Amino acid sequence: MKRREFIQTGFHMTGGILLTSPLLPLIKNLVPAAKSKVIVVRDAQIQNEKYSVDSDRLSQLLDKGMQSLFNTDNPIQAWKKIVTAEEVVGLKVNCLSGHGSTHRELVAAVCESLQKSGVKSENIIIWERFSSDLEDGGFKINQQAKGIRCFGNDHLGFSNDFEMYGSAASLICNTLQRLCDVVINLPVLKDHGIAGITMSMKNMYGAIHNPNKYHLNVGNPYIADVFMLPSIRNKVRLTICDALVAQYEGGPSFMPHWRWAYNGLLIATDPVALDYSGWQIIEQERKKRRFKSLKEVGREPKYIYTAADAEHHLGICDPEKIELVTVE
Amino acid sequence: MGTFYPKNLSGIKTETVNIGEVQPELMDTWPGDYVSFLKSTGINNKNIDRRNFIKLTAGVGCTLALSSRILAGSKIFPEETEKFVREARYYEKLDNKKIRCRLCPRQCVIDDRERGYCGVRENHDGTYYTLVYARPCSLNADPIEKKPFFHFYPGSAAFSLATAGCNVNCKFCQNWEISQVRPEEVRSYYLLPEEIAKLAGQYECQTIAYTYSEPTIYYEYMMDCVQACRQKKLKNVVVTAGYIAKEPLTELCKVVDAIKVDLKAFSEKYYKEVVNGELKPVLESLITMHQMGIWTEIVYLVVPTLNDSDKEFKELCRWIRINLGIDVPIHFTRFHPQYLLKNIPPTPVKTLERAKEIADAEGLHYAYIGNVPGHPSENTHCPQCKKIVVRRSGFTVEQINIKNGMCTYCNTNIAGMWGV
Repeated sequence: MKRREFIQTGFHMTGGILLTSPLLPLIKNLVPAAKSKVIVVRDAQIQNEKYSVDSDRLSQLLDKGMQSLFNTDNPIQAWKKIVTAEEVVGLKVNCLSGHGSTHRELVAAVCESLQKSGVKSENIIIWERFSSDLEDGGFKINQQAKGIRCFGNDHLGFSNDFEMYGSAASLICNTLQRLCDVVINLPVLKDHGIAGITMSMKNMYGAIHNPNKYHLNVGNPYIADVFMLPSIRNKVRLTICDALVAQYEGGPSFMPHWRWAYNGLLIATDPVALDYSGWQIIEQERKKRRFKSLKEVGREPKYIYTAADAEHHLGICDPEKIELVTVE
Repeated sequence: MGTFYPKNLSGIKTETVNIGEVQPELMDTWPGDYVSFLKSTGINNKNIDRRNFIKLTAGVGCTLALSSRILAGSKIFPEETEKFVREARYYEKLDNKKIRCRLCPRQCVIDDRERGYCGVRENHDGTYYTLVYARPCSLNADPIEKKPFFHFYPGSAAFSLATAGCNVNCKFCQNWEISQVRPEEVRSYYLLPEEIAKLAGQYECQTIAYTYSEPTIYYEYMMDCVQACRQKKLKNVVVTAGYIAKEPLTELCKVVDAIKVDLKAFSEKYYKEVVNGELKPVLESLITMHQMGIWTEIVYLVVPTLNDSDKEFKELCRWIRINLGIDVPIHFTRFHPQYLLKNIPPTPVKTLERAKEIADAEGLHYAYIGNVPGHPSENTHCPQCKKIVVRRSGFTVEQINIKNGMCTYCNTNIAGMWGV
């Protein structure tokens, strides 16, 4: 091999070399052998016509979903399969559209469940891109060491070194990289004007310093590549997608006239399977309301397929291999 | 943050913070029972269903933006950043609160509360804002040769400034710590255009250079600084990748004195893979500059194996000769491993010399070698008698043999703006 060829090869392979080594054990763990399970848990009475949520019913709904996902009669046992009592848990909410943010009641239910399963309140961090986003979403900033903490990436800043994979090279927020042992991803089920849909994988753009660089080409392969960054891939263990009120058009901005009460949660450990399933829900609603499909409007979220390909192995998007469990 | 002390300018170091720096935790915030708070009537419970939304917005023509703002219970931008916010100049309003940015060829379509590729412009309720007005994060008094400008007032000092952000993402960027971050991630000053003009005078700079990151993305601030500085009889130069739309570029060319363009390569493939941009609009920008008679110099960073073939050098030089003329200086500069291109070695000096030979053979009058201090090709030679008319060593100008813009040996016109 000539020097020139060696350099060129090295240029293209840098990201791969940096990443594949530490990820190899994880790939074995995370890639589902046969099927991925996605729980869709719904309750028609969970909110009134003015979208006021019943917190108690929501807690019960969450318990049902977790029990179903982990095949157990005891919700605490289910949570213990996700986190241990010693771990610091980050709750990545989505607050970029103010009123259309992850419901506080859902975050409260998750916090309660975590505490019941032994996680100390001090070890729970509600986190988003900017503190101002959280405030717009109705959250109260708490940067103290006492109690459940809540702040944006602007509080602790970003890592010194890049994490890289494929098209993505980013600094990771210190909240995730330094503080959190595990992340529970709490996105919202909604349409996205560039990426087609935004749910679990896209929500992790809130963990990097340069998300504005990755909104090209309907987010493909960027969204999948960002999720491959070690701090993200290694720490996101569970996604609970807030689908109490979903949005089938005009996202990610808050567009009340394009929202509908889905009255549900989507829960999975496989982010790809969850995103694929959520995408189908949005497509069904679009069809019902005589909107063109995302493919027809040039916004098919192909990044979901990319995330499932042989290089990424982030999960499954083959409907034949997704076990979709609906709990009413 | 926000207070400027001129003593900070004494060096040439960039005044940035380590964006990985962990700030001390604040202890003045709310300590209550967080779960109870979360369960309390929250923002999502406010009755903004479809019916109410229509009620809120219908018949009250101007209240759409305002109502969202009030309902959110907060100002559009956090109080500490509002002073840096101005409405952007080049954008188009679209349906459903979307906008299309018209500042650069990327033409980002941006949803409400989202930012463009540059990271420093944000859509709020269908109005597009720059977040970096009067928000420089880097200020230095540099020799003009550092830009590099070799044919523009040699030996003079340029008061150089930049804000955060960039509309491309070069894998070799030497200023990525300010160019590839959002404004919140670097320490910034608050300096209005008049203050920039005043500071330049204090530091005995004859020129203001908009540089380091990408001036296109702080266009509004740059344009106002240009006006303020022109009133003080200061020159204005721009160091840019040239990835800018024609209309704002045309307006810029009317008021600045010189532009240096970083032409990253002469292939679309390189622009796509290494720069995250496009070559064609940059070439169009160069032609616009030429047509508008703005003094232009070109820098070509030679990256081993990626843009250093004889064929590419020849095509580049031929294009310059045909489209811009033989008097446009071109600087072939040496690459050093940076940012995301750390696996490629520095450019061999022989490669740079080969590029210069090709430029010379193509008939270009002023081809230079850069980032190789002490190299003889830092000097400017008279294209007629071949004698040295400007002798340089690194950024230092040692001798100028130009008078009234002409070679003192043979009276041949030396293209440029010499001030001597």
